[in-house]
Amino acid sequence: MSAEVERIILAGFGGQGILFLGKILAEAGMRNGKHVSWIPSYGPEMRGGTANCTVIISEHPIASPLVTVPDTVIAMNRPSVAKFNVRIKAGGMLMYNSSLIERQEFRDDIRLVEIPASEIADELGNARVANLVMAGAYAKFSKLIDYEGMVKALPQLIPASKKELAEINLAAFERGYQYVKEKKYMFGRYVYSVFKGI
Amino acid sequence: MTMEQVFARPKCMTKTPFHYCPGCDHGVVHRLIGESLDELELGDKTIGVAPVGCSVFAFDYFTFDFNQAAHGRAPAVATGIKRVRPDHIVFTYQGDGDLAAIGTAEIIHAANRGEKITVIFINNAIYGMTGGQMAPTTLVGMKTATSPYGRDAQLCGNPIKMAEMLATLEAPVYVTRVSVNTPANLMKAKKALKNAFRLQKEGKGFTFVEVVCICPTNWGKTPNDAHKWLAEKMLPVFPLGTYKDVLGVDKG
Amino acid sequence: MADKVLMKGNEVIGEAAVLAGCRYYFGYPITPQSEIPAYLSRRLPEVEGVFLQAESEVAAINMVYGAASAGARVMTSSSSPGVSLKQEGLSYIAGAELPCVVVNVVRGGPGLGNISPAQSDYWQATRGGGHGDYRTLVLAPNSVQEIADMTIAAFELADRFRNPVLLLVDGILGQMMEPVQLPAPLSYDLNQKPWALGNPNRKGGRNLCSTIFLDVEQLEEHNWHLYQKYQVVTDEFAKGAYQHLAVETHAVDDAEIILVGYGIISRILKTVVEKARKRGIKAGLVRPKTLWPFPSQVLADLAARTKQFLVVEMSCGQMVEDVKLAVNGRKPVFFFGRTGGTVPSDFEILNEVDKLVRPD
Repeated sequence: MSAEVERIILAGFGGQGILFLGKILAEAGMRNGKHVSWIPSYGPEMRGGTANCTVIISEHPIASPLVTVPDTVIAMNRPSVAKFNVRIKAGGMLMYNSSLIERQEFRDDIRLVEIPASEIADELGNARVANLVMAGAYAKFSKLIDYEGMVKALPQLIPASKKELAEINLAAFERGYQYVKEKKYMFGRYVYSVFKGI
Repeated sequence: MTMEQVFARPKCMTKTPFHYCPGCDHGVVHRLIGESLDELELGDKTIGVAPVGCSVFAFDYFTFDFNQAAHGRAPAVATGIKRVRPDHIVFTYQGDGDLAAIGTAEIIHAANRGEKITVIFINNAIYGMTGGQMAPTTLVGMKTATSPYGRDAQLCGNPIKMAEMLATLEAPVYVTRVSVNTPANLMKAKKALKNAFRLQKEGKGFTFVEVVCICPTNWGKTPNDAHKWLAEKMLPVFPLGTYKDVLGVDKG
Repeated sequence: MADKVLMKGNEVIGEAAVLAGCRYYFGYPITPQSEIPAYLSRRLPEVEGVFLQAESEVAAINMVYGAASAGARVMTSSSSPGVSLKQEGLSYIAGAELPCVVVNVVRGGPGLGNISPAQSDYWQATRGGGHGDYRTLVLAPNSVQEIADMTIAAFELADRFRNPVLLLVDGILGQMMEPVQLPAPLSYDLNQKPWALGNPNRKGGRNLCSTIFLDVEQLEEHNWHLYQKYQVVTDEFAKGAYQHLAVETHAVDDAEIILVGYGIISRILKTVVEKARKRGIKAGLVRPKTLWPFPSQVLADLAARTKQFLVVEMSCGQMVEDVKLAVNGRKPVFFFGRTGGTVPSDFEILNEVDKLVRPD
């Protein structure tokens, strides 16, 4: 992952908290002193059941906030993989919710990271925090997000109407981070070479 | 023997001579507004909103502040003014084309919101300034510049009854229809205007005074004939009376 | 200074308006600007302001007309089809010389079009849109921070020149979040405009807000008076107090090709300039920050030094006409556009640059 800029497209079903996941990453970057931008898909797309957004975290001021070729795609459902997989930069990363997306023949020039986000969220007692699991997982890879700072800041980012969920959101964020740490996904080639053997 | 002055120009009216046609009711209604505001001592705390139509220059005849609105938009403009200056009396003065055609949405929603304004609606069944075209209040069969064969209800619908319509809404506190065609009706009209302004001053809510008027020029009648025609033809379609009076002000 | 906060462009318009002393908002829902009324419906009551959802955009702009005539700092916002409906009121407001701020979060047209980002309202915004000899100041931010700064500037400009000021924002800027540093609130006194209706602090006599001048000589005099005011505005943006709001240039000194774009497009063009320079193409960027008055002199001066211009818009080509007028035939002016809600990518623009610089 480039140390200077991270361009991320996040996608999934409406209701999976994709826009909030994007916002969490942008907040994390901003609170770490980086330049950030966040652009949602909006309008009829919102009503069609899929949602996506674009986040850039950068050491430098962001010229175009639009991303044609992302460094990373975070996919929460199968249609998102189909839609954005081809756009990932060679050497980039596809991080996907393996609870809802089965292993398949992916491109072999990208790093694949599978996170059973929905299962982890279910274990925590609320399927809706799968987005925070992904946020934690991404934080482990990111060079521009400060994990410890985010753990402190996260409770403030939960909307007042959902304060009772602050604890479980934080737990999900921490579990996602730990999952990547334990799996040693930092050695990405290991992962996709496994897939190539399928 | 001392002389006593028994008739004078209201204090809140200017010396500008009316530009209206001979026999026109606008001047009469203007004067009733001036007298009412004087008697309530509101002349220096009032903002008027003039319409588009013959009374577009209504501001020439009053001494207080005025806004001249786009066609039909006076209730929206008055809404903006009243929200900024709630301590002022804000009234609109609108004709039937302005209020009942192009400005239908604005009048209904200002009334429905219960804006604390007074709307004075001059209904003379015709467009005056543009030269006597059919209005939404034109009577069935009535000939105008754009209904030369007489208004055909099948083609153009029937005269729209604004007071009755607005009285169906929850918010308005006072909705009445008056005329100035006889001395008795004129006195009632003045009482209605005073009621409306007083209710506004007390912050009670939306008030609406429809005045059934003549337009001798565009009706093609002398003022006398026009008044006869108003009594015989218009009043059966637009019956005088109070359609809504939440606080019972008509009864005192 | 407050910390930076991550906020949506549309919400920043609402907050910046409040900070500018705006306490009156009249509007009607339409995508993609609905976050503005939603934000203000919550925020204005907190500061004893008035939020009113009107029955139509026509009513909303006329409520603005009324509130502005009574001395308030007042705003309305909409998106393209709704802004078409506001043109009647804008003509009256400009004619009556009232200050107000109107926001257009532009979407695809004509007609109902779609809700995707577009720049196809440039002509409507800069040419007046409504009837009669009048002008509207048009500010075109390209970041969320600039949305905050320009919203506040819009209120100040509106009061200074007693004229409507239009904030032209596209759907992306309205919807995107970026960190923003909100400035300190400005104080505003409802009775600071002696001409306002109902204002006790007047110079004497009564106050009248009207646009009717039946006497042709009076109307001609009024129109020339407006024209002279617009000349002052133009001068102040070209060489006076508002130069900083007029235009941004980037890498133009040695540029052989100058890209011209405003709003979100200018951000993409900045990326294109960087990529082009990595390929050895001397590209530069001119970004009009204010679309009326248009920064013609800057382009005219650059026409003497550069070889060609490429104007990029999310339309079939509208601002390109102003660039051509400024360049006045001295150098070729080319156009590249995407329309209908499509946002051009940096790759396709770079491809256009390549074709122009290396025609073979």
